[in-house]
Amino acid sequence: MHNARSLTYRAAVLEALVGEMRRDDAVIMLGEDIGAAGGVFKQTDGLFTEFGAGRIIDTPISESGAFGIAVGAAMAGQRPVFEVMFGDFITLIMDQLVNQAAKLNYMSAGQFKVPLVVRTAVGIGGNLGPQHSQSLHAWSSHIPGLKVVMPSTPVDAKNLMVAAIRDDNPVLFFEDRMLYNLRGDVPEGDYLVPIGSADVKREGSDVTIIATSRMVHTALAAADLLVKDGISAEVVDPRSLVPLDIATLVTSVKKTSRAIVVDGGYQQYGVTGEIAATIAEHAFDHLDAPVIRFGSADVPIPFSRTLESLMLPDAGNLAQAAAAMVRGR
Amino acid sequence: MTLDRKIGLSIFDRMLMIRHFEEAVIRLYKDGHFASHYHIYIGQEATGAAVLEALSDKDLICTTHRNHGHIIGRGCDPNRAMAEILGRATGFNGGRSGTLHLSDPSRGFLSTSAVVGGCPGLATGAAYGIKTKKEPRVAVGFFGDGALEEGLVIESFNIAALWKLPVVYVCENNASGAMGATQGGYPSATTATDSFTRLPAAYGIHCLKVDGTDMTAVHTAAVEAVQRCRAGNGPVFIEAFTMRWPGSSPLWPELATVTDLEEAWDPSRIKGPYAEWLRNHDPLLRAARELSSAGHASRDDIMARDKAARDRIAEACEFAIASPMPDPATVGQHVFA
Repeated sequence: MHNARSLTYRAAVLEALVGEMRRDDAVIMLGEDIGAAGGVFKQTDGLFTEFGAGRIIDTPISESGAFGIAVGAAMAGQRPVFEVMFGDFITLIMDQLVNQAAKLNYMSAGQFKVPLVVRTAVGIGGNLGPQHSQSLHAWSSHIPGLKVVMPSTPVDAKNLMVAAIRDDNPVLFFEDRMLYNLRGDVPEGDYLVPIGSADVKREGSDVTIIATSRMVHTALAAADLLVKDGISAEVVDPRSLVPLDIATLVTSVKKTSRAIVVDGGYQQYGVTGEIAATIAEHAFDHLDAPVIRFGSADVPIPFSRTLESLMLPDAGNLAQAAAAMVRGR
Repeated sequence: MTLDRKIGLSIFDRMLMIRHFEEAVIRLYKDGHFASHYHIYIGQEATGAAVLEALSDKDLICTTHRNHGHIIGRGCDPNRAMAEILGRATGFNGGRSGTLHLSDPSRGFLSTSAVVGGCPGLATGAAYGIKTKKEPRVAVGFFGDGALEEGLVIESFNIAALWKLPVVYVCENNASGAMGATQGGYPSATTATDSFTRLPAAYGIHCLKVDGTDMTAVHTAAVEAVQRCRAGNGPVFIEAFTMRWPGSSPLWPELATVTDLEEAWDPSRIKGPYAEWLRNHDPLLRAARELSSAGHASRDDIMARDKAARDRIAEACEFAIASPMPDPATVGQHVFA
């Protein structure tokens, strides 16, 4: 049996990085302020002391160039973990990601592998304004050749980081910065969660709430509220957006006959639409009601707290929608 | 001091407004009036104020995340600037942008980009618009030394030089005095070049280097740059060096020093851990000393100007704090024009 301890989300990811860097000399990290400074969210604290400047590499403020170097290093046998300080700035690495990293294995008929991880912090709620608050995970999920994970708990974060580093493909690892201080039990040692496996975070029978990243916790809070109404909600966390564990999602929806999909990215052309369509394709005949979606409002994330707080649904919004759905209204 | 009295005092008044505004921002943050990450312009006042003094009302300006000084130095309404930083409905941008994206098109401010290197591209585009319409205006882009690590900036230099665009690039190099990684701060000046001016110079852009705490030197350079642009000679790059204000070294700003202009005449008043910065690198104390010794202003005149700026900023704080938050019903407004 694994011995579980309580760790923060931040510490759980850090434990995965330390473990993989000790295990494999090919693992290196590149990013801005990740070295002696330990990262702007203290998410790389201590790595520089143990592994030094040769493996924990502070780059200039040159995201496009530095990420190109990570892709080339991966092709030459390294396993880079590339950090993008704010998720908004993945826009700056997009060409090297979409037109190079995602396609090199395919274009070379499998002769080149690109084993790298792009790690970035996302999430609405920090009063950081329109250029520092976005969750752009749907962008990378659109591109064949890129895997995408979004863990919601410390244990999933640790194990998916391990899986991402050991994967021979480019993997995007999106962390919600509002989860960094969340605590949870994390078993010691290797305990791999395969990329592409969803997890039922709470079992229920009346309605399935499929939620990603921080929205999992909102969904769990909604499930608690629904108990008072006599409604049993199942909460399913896809954990990986690509590949998507369709079987687990569809099994749950077939059981409850109702689905609500919640994600922290913009709703238009986003994750909720993809999952809703997938449910329609695979479980349409089992549905008692149309699928309901909740994404971020399709508005640049405003600075002011009275506006920013409107961007995402809260537990009450989800519970109200679920109750109306179950009661047939 | 070779600076004309009227110009010198005008620059000084802009600097006073910036300084007291920034000290107030830190106090309002500490008192919980807003929550966000923010950047303070203290230590660079002579650069922004002197460049802005050299511009006309019609010129266009883009700036970076360390933007408060440029907004206030341009003469934009401090009430609305402070209200925006506090996320209020009365702010310049209705609470949508906050500290990182203050802008005031009525005073020629196109944009504040908080993505490093975003501003020089926009300033170059503004210059293209000006040139196409054959207007007698110039565009100015303010940015820090870190922006020169971004590819977009280098691409902008090439296009501006190729098309002889009327743009003044003002690189505010505040890397000196930053803590650096070894002292627990953040790496800065991660560049292989020994001089930033080599980069624009490679494209034939006219370059000027100045002490950014010397308002006379900055103003002289800015006037030359603007004249060259207006004459159709293409872009100019100004690098202004300043010593990092100690309060801007940590990740979150600290009110490391508090302005006391009496220190300009009585150096024995300068005390504390940052006395060296105040003595040798504070542009405001330097300007006060220079205006006084040039006979442009008496001590009483300078202190009266200081009080006027303090009073004006106090009014801005009161206005901002009393202003309402944005109406949630308006959240979807302005997604599209």
